[in-house]
Amino acid sequence: MAGATTLRLGAAADFGQTRFEARAATRETPLVKWLILGTALTFFAVFLLMPLIAVFVEALRKGWETYVTALVDPDALSALRLTLIAAAIALPLNLVFGVCAAWAIAKFEFRGKHFLITLIDLPFSVSPVIAGLIYVLVFGAQGWFGPWLAEHDIRIIFAVPGIVLATVFVTFPFIARELIPLMQAQGKEEEEAAVVLGANGLQTFWHVTLPNIKWGLLYGVILTNARAMGEFGAVSVVSGHIRGQTNTLPLHVEILYNEYQFAAAFAVASLLALLALVTLGIKTWIEHRAAAAYRDSQDDAS
Amino acid sequence: MATAAPSLPLRPTSSAAPPFRVLPGFNLTLGYTLGYLSLIVLIPLAAVFLKTAELTLAEFWNVVTAPRVVASYKLSFGMSLLAAAINAVFGLMLAWALVRYSFPGKKLIDALVDLPFALPTAVAGISLTALYAKNGWLGQFLEPLGIQVAFKPLGVLVALVFIGLPFVVRTVQPILEDLDTELEEAATSLGAQRWQTFRHVILPIVFPALLTGFALAFARAVGEYGSVIFIAGNIPMVSEITPLMIITKLEQYDYTGATAIATVMLILSFALLLIINGLQAWTAKRTGRDR
Repeated sequence: MAGATTLRLGAAADFGQTRFEARAATRETPLVKWLILGTALTFFAVFLLMPLIAVFVEALRKGWETYVTALVDPDALSALRLTLIAAAIALPLNLVFGVCAAWAIAKFEFRGKHFLITLIDLPFSVSPVIAGLIYVLVFGAQGWFGPWLAEHDIRIIFAVPGIVLATVFVTFPFIARELIPLMQAQGKEEEEAAVVLGANGLQTFWHVTLPNIKWGLLYGVILTNARAMGEFGAVSVVSGHIRGQTNTLPLHVEILYNEYQFAAAFAVASLLALLALVTLGIKTWIEHRAAAAYRDSQDDAS
Repeated sequence: MATAAPSLPLRPTSSAAPPFRVLPGFNLTLGYTLGYLSLIVLIPLAAVFLKTAELTLAEFWNVVTAPRVVASYKLSFGMSLLAAAINAVFGLMLAWALVRYSFPGKKLIDALVDLPFALPTAVAGISLTALYAKNGWLGQFLEPLGIQVAFKPLGVLVALVFIGLPFVVRTVQPILEDLDTELEEAATSLGAQRWQTFRHVILPIVFPALLTGFALAFARAVGEYGSVIFIAGNIPMVSEITPLMIITKLEQYDYTGATAIATVMLILSFALLLIINGLQAWTAKRTGRDR
């Protein structure tokens, strides 16, 4: 499922349109061209641009004062804190997993490799609601470990650990899926040379592999972070919606919205939209850098 | 792109003896991968099937074919198919425009195509609802035409189109970028009209990727929750999506009911995952790209 979220190396190459538009054989008549362009851009404006702009317009509808009040509200701040905590735990866990999985899959041959990759993809194709449900079934009051946890007074569901678990699940494949194709394409000659010359495993990874995969790694990290901070469905199932305790920012948006505090809901939402825009900005920058690095390596090779 | 050819084929890996490995860390990293995968994903997912197994087949059938649940399947699958189809058509046009034409703001638009990946679904949900409500920017023009979007099944469609768009654009775009201009020149020099060239030369190359994008958008749409529930109105039998049925059952403490519906959705997701893997292999074969 990650096909659509992987790093695009050709993205920054901007010779495309001159290549196609310069020749009669590869261009449309002006009428057809403007029809396609007009339709595509209208579709883009209605379905992507307007929802984005609407968030900020609605957020500022009642003025800056309401906007700022909504953001510094104690419940909003505690939701922000929980969102940051969940992301700060989920990110390193999935980072370590992603690097390990990519190392095992890309650098070695073993049976069942394709099956393993499919299993790693699973969380992408599972509905977020089900992602929440599975932890309720394991750790909830009626779940496998429910009675034992209750006996020892440990709360996972309707508490912070459940939120962290659900966040880990929904962001599980991002980094692994980014690194596997990248490390497979790079082969293992360089690492083998390093080992033969006496480097140990960690040195090899740190000095040889990491410089080659840094852009893909960073890309996976920002995608994981964006999804971790924005997850709604899975977290909603396990959170219990206790204000000031188990609310993340997206859940806080829902509560405000359902209480008809629209301006406040959109104010908090605008914070998340800003995060999305920053993510897209960094993503574009990474694609640019990665493409430049790729072109350099091609030039060196030729 | 270079494929990962084994550089030192000292011994075939399928032989009975353990293969000779120059690089360290195989057991550690694979062990950690399998352990973490089992703990976070496989064992909790297995809980769904084990919980469902507590039901008899008749009970299971009653839960998953209750009229309200069946109505939710029809809405979820119908609207997801329609949304994926809309995205296939307009996503292809957008990808075409981004690859082939130059226009102001192109780089910005290219970057913003990924917005539905990055924007939290709850934010998309309330924003779309505001746009399509009776007094919203778009709703006020649709209302006099007798078209109601917010709090109607049509609202579900709008939300699903929003979240599915990048899947089609991002699977089709790289294929279009790699297209050889020589093929089109050959077709033209042999007397083909532009439309014929598109229909018989370009579309067959792009089609597997387009179908993959369609399937990815569909798979995402079927499970989507956050962006839909705000705009759908959630009226029983009319605008309730299947993931919402799971939540509803959970809120009534009907864990087995929720799990039974989740089982149906999971089986569908697994089937889709297999189909998508097959489609991606087909795309790779057809275009000579590795995945």
